[in-house]
Amino acid sequence: MTSTLETRGQREADATVPELTIRVRGLWKYFGHVPALRGLDLELEKGRFLTVFGPNGAGKTTLIKVLSTQIGPSEGEVMVGGIDVVRDAHHLRRRIGVISHNTYLYPNLTGLENLRFYGRMYGVSHLDDRAARLLEEVGLLGRMDDRAGTYSRGMQQRLSIARALLHEPDIMFLDEPYTGLDQHASRMLRDVLETLHTGERTILLTTHNIDQGLEMCDEVAIQVRGRMVYREPITSIDRSAFEQTYFEHVGKDYRWDS
Amino acid sequence: MGFLSQSWAIARKDIIGELRTRETVVSMLLFGFLVILVFNFGIEPGLREENLVKPGVLWAAFIFAGILGLNRSFAAEKENDCLQGLLLCPVDRSVIYLGKFLGNFIFTVLMGLIVFLFFSVLYNVDIVRDILPLGLIVVLAAVGFSAVGTLFSALSVGIKTRDVILSILLFPVMVPVVLAAAKSSGVVLDGRPLGEAGLWLGLMLVYDVIFLTVSLMTFDYVVEE
Repeated sequence: MTSTLETRGQREADATVPELTIRVRGLWKYFGHVPALRGLDLELEKGRFLTVFGPNGAGKTTLIKVLSTQIGPSEGEVMVGGIDVVRDAHHLRRRIGVISHNTYLYPNLTGLENLRFYGRMYGVSHLDDRAARLLEEVGLLGRMDDRAGTYSRGMQQRLSIARALLHEPDIMFLDEPYTGLDQHASRMLRDVLETLHTGERTILLTTHNIDQGLEMCDEVAIQVRGRMVYREPITSIDRSAFEQTYFEHVGKDYRWDS
Repeated sequence: MGFLSQSWAIARKDIIGELRTRETVVSMLLFGFLVILVFNFGIEPGLREENLVKPGVLWAAFIFAGILGLNRSFAAEKENDCLQGLLLCPVDRSVIYLGKFLGNFIFTVLMGLIVFLFFSVLYNVDIVRDILPLGLIVVLAAVGFSAVGTLFSALSVGIKTRDVILSILLFPVMVPVVLAAAKSSGVVLDGRPLGEAGLWLGLMLVYDVIFLTVSLMTFDYVVEE
């Protein structure tokens, strides 16, 4: 009887505890002797959109690379979607989509061929239909037979979004996706990214651009010198006050010799 | 999609890219042609040792031209950081290795056969009657060359001086294949039966099996961070 009560109590407690998609504890990452991440802790609930701000060299890209299995952690525990990034990277890769300032696109293949190639790598079923639908969503259906190398930077980045969404990932990592885009292309990219934030998909965006980073997220964090130094929900943030907070943290902690 | 079909997708992607740019095969062929031509100037017609020298010239051209292709193999994956995109795919690393190996093997065989053609014209050697045994030697040599070359190409891709590093790494390891290929093609070009080169063919076969297996098993460690 006691055990039944305990089990029921445990279930009720579990129901109130939000499901964590990302759980990072004491993450250190060294490149040689230089630490890029220094005991970083991070939790993100399922379906939430977190923007991580930070200056150049804060370790944002390193964080994304560790979370997305591109590099291994030096120390610490990293769980994404309930999967250990070190022990079961292969299975985790099926569930994540990565959009970076590098597009991962083959310039000598057409837009459609790029999607077909990555679709085959991910084992996507009904690949041609899926590719055509995504190309339509990112506004590239009319250019799908042109080589990706002939696309503008903005078009390449939109094709890169289609590539990242081919296998319908439930976790997205966006690493400075606006880099190198003009205002018009940034706006188009923002519209596409907005459609990703459905509430089902967990998204982590890194950027150093405050305006673009605050646009769609649920929560905001600031990363400086390989550590999270600030975390608040977007609802409690005033834009101008946040800018002040950001520069206070960056100014305070940005000296590596301190 | 299975192991082989995903590997083929990678090779196919490389072939399509090459058909559009013709960067790799054309430079390999041009270099192979130049090596054969330069050696041709240095060897006097009617030289007594001519038949001993010819196979060496042929395989020197094959190796030098082949390295040009290998240098391009993973360097092309660095554009737009495509190698990272490939590594993010939920496929075994051996799928990626096999795909790149297949692409390199196809380019190398194609280059090898055309280099033989140049050789035949410039050295006045009739290779048509021996096309099958010579084809077999090219295939065996290309398997070993591509197996080791693909692994070392991946290993050196992040290094600025990768062209030099690849050559330095590859030449010592390729010695058994070059030696066996030169000896066995020498037998064929002399008009003797291929069976006389059985030992050299066997050496190439064993080399191919060992290095293809070892490369498949170690590629994971090579492309890790």
